[in-house]
Amino acid sequence: MAMLSFERKYRVRGGTLIGGDLFDFWIGAFYVGFFGVTAAFFALLGTALLVYGAALGPTWNLWQISVAPPDLSYGLGLAPLADGGLWQLVTICAIGAFVSWAMREVEICRKLGMGFHVPVAFGSAILAYVTLQVIRPVLLGAWGHAFPYGIYSHLDWVSNVAYQYLHFHYNPAHMIAVTFFFTTVLALALHGSLVLSALNPPKGEVVKGAEHENTFFRDNIGYSIGTLGIHRFGLLLSINAGVWSAICIVISGPFWTRSWTDWWGWWLNLPIWT
Amino acid sequence: MNMSNRIKLAAILGVVLLAGCGERPPITTVQLGFRGTGMEQNYNPRLQEKVAAANQVGAVQPAADPSGPLAKDIYQNVEVLSDLSVGEFVRVMTSMTEWVAPAEQKDCTYCHNIEDMADGSKYTYKVARRMLQMTRDINSNWKSHVQETGVTCHTCHRGQPVPSYVWFQDPGSGRENAFVGTRAGQNSAVTGLGITTIGHSSLPYDPYTPFLLGSLPIRVEGETALPTGNRSSIQQAEWTYSLMVHMSNSLGVNCTYCHNTRAWASWEESRPQRATAWYGIRMARQVNNDYMVPLTDVFPAKRLGPTGDVAKVNCQTCHQGVYKPYYGASMAKDYPELQRARPLPEAAVEALPADPADPAAGASAPAEAPAAVAAPVAEAPVRGPAPEGQARSG
Repeated sequence: MAMLSFERKYRVRGGTLIGGDLFDFWIGAFYVGFFGVTAAFFALLGTALLVYGAALGPTWNLWQISVAPPDLSYGLGLAPLADGGLWQLVTICAIGAFVSWAMREVEICRKLGMGFHVPVAFGSAILAYVTLQVIRPVLLGAWGHAFPYGIYSHLDWVSNVAYQYLHFHYNPAHMIAVTFFFTTVLALALHGSLVLSALNPPKGEVVKGAEHENTFFRDNIGYSIGTLGIHRFGLLLSINAGVWSAICIVISGPFWTRSWTDWWGWWLNLPIWT
Repeated sequence: MNMSNRIKLAAILGVVLLAGCGERPPITTVQLGFRGTGMEQNYNPRLQEKVAAANQVGAVQPAADPSGPLAKDIYQNVEVLSDLSVGEFVRVMTSMTEWVAPAEQKDCTYCHNIEDMADGSKYTYKVARRMLQMTRDINSNWKSHVQETGVTCHTCHRGQPVPSYVWFQDPGSGRENAFVGTRAGQNSAVTGLGITTIGHSSLPYDPYTPFLLGSLPIRVEGETALPTGNRSSIQQAEWTYSLMVHMSNSLGVNCTYCHNTRAWASWEESRPQRATAWYGIRMARQVNNDYMVPLTDVFPAKRLGPTGDVAKVNCQTCHQGVYKPYYGASMAKDYPELQRARPLPEAAVEALPADPADPAAGASAPAEAPAAVAAPVAEAPVRGPAPEGQARSG
């Protein structure tokens, strides 16, 4: 396959963590590496298991297919395939695929001599997933506390788990996580619209650069974080969104069993007014 | 700051954060629905010890001989327990002393004039008589809620003259019509009365007046995904939410004890407990309207609330933080004296007018309640798909 003109300098040999030169090649535009192989293996196997689970289930309706974790009575043990065992295998495959992908990112970073910002950021998303499906179930003592694999069913799980604590919006870590998620989206929207505006001038005008971008925000809000700063800021926001998501769910159950509204009793009991 | 210091700082922050929650594993969990639906109860066994200690059944007197002369033929002024033998009658009186009379007056004199036991002039005498009728009414006509477990005086009173959990109407801040400072009956974690079971939420703090005294509609959710004519407001939903939080806290359960929250309104996807609760709401309503409100003028002022209203019941009055009072242990089964059919209401306290200041009270016709027990056949819940793993013990 022909390479794009700028690709040549990205195709650097070495930097692998495992396998030496054995997997150090590209397929088309895509670097493979040992972790590319394991990512493909886990992704394909996990998907096949989900299709198998769908075949065992009552519906092929894409929205309603669900592969659910075992009953709580299995605790942290293994369950028969049809009673949650499939869910357990799929979870192993999912974690295998996600972590493989992160490690593949690490190898690419090493090839390019970059910092590990990208795999670290992806790691916060993996952390949220592992917290939901492994850490919290282990703390509560059963795989059955994890969410099922299904488009509707995992949303139903979210609803019920939230209402196990009567009003999840009172969960302080959830408040922080939601705020980071929304701020991430806001920052991306501001940044994206700014870049698109600068690069797509009206007919007859020239493409604008960073000075124009900075001036726009200095005019509007009195401050521009700058072309490099916005990416660091976005990284901070998005990593925090993932990390605080993990925190908000891991404290629900293992470290708080009651209504999240009641958690705020400490505020009422502050010595200032009691 | 170098990397290892950052990690130490993060670890310290993490520990502080978790300690701030005040609970820790192991947690006891109970699966209520199909696996993976997230229908579960979470119990902290350390906290449950205290709840359990506070919910032990009261003293039960040795059974009495139902044969022998009737109490009404031996004693004077026996109107309610007229079908009991002398032995049974004395047993009920003795039990009531233990269950209800205050600690400093654990004898007959809390209700009776010791010179003339038939003298009904003490308010406690009049109230106790009406409460006996209520207990028998509940045990015989509200099996839809109390089933065979039943209730006794102790279910609510627990050895005290006034049950620990009753409610009065909030007098308000006096700023209801002010330009600023009105709270519209919400946004206050603790009401002026200091009694709230809505768990420090910003929800309306008196869901009892509209729903447990009046009978305003509780089920305000639309039954279709898209709006098709449901005119209920978000404000109404908050009142319902408040009542539901009260029920959760009263029973020590979360929302999934009754509901599958993906479809709150659906009886098919709800657990059977939701039907029991449906009857319980109507039972509390009848207890308040038929028994408590008519007693308002009987009580001395010290027993009334700041607006002059009588103490009323809600879910917590009996449940006291447990899904079934005393975790389902029945005291009433040892008291056949409290199980007899409903006697006619006593004329003396019957026809008092409802509080005119409360329009909601008038909406709840006492006649509606017993009929309602049979009414909602069409919406009676059926058990959803059986949680298939439940049968398997692990």
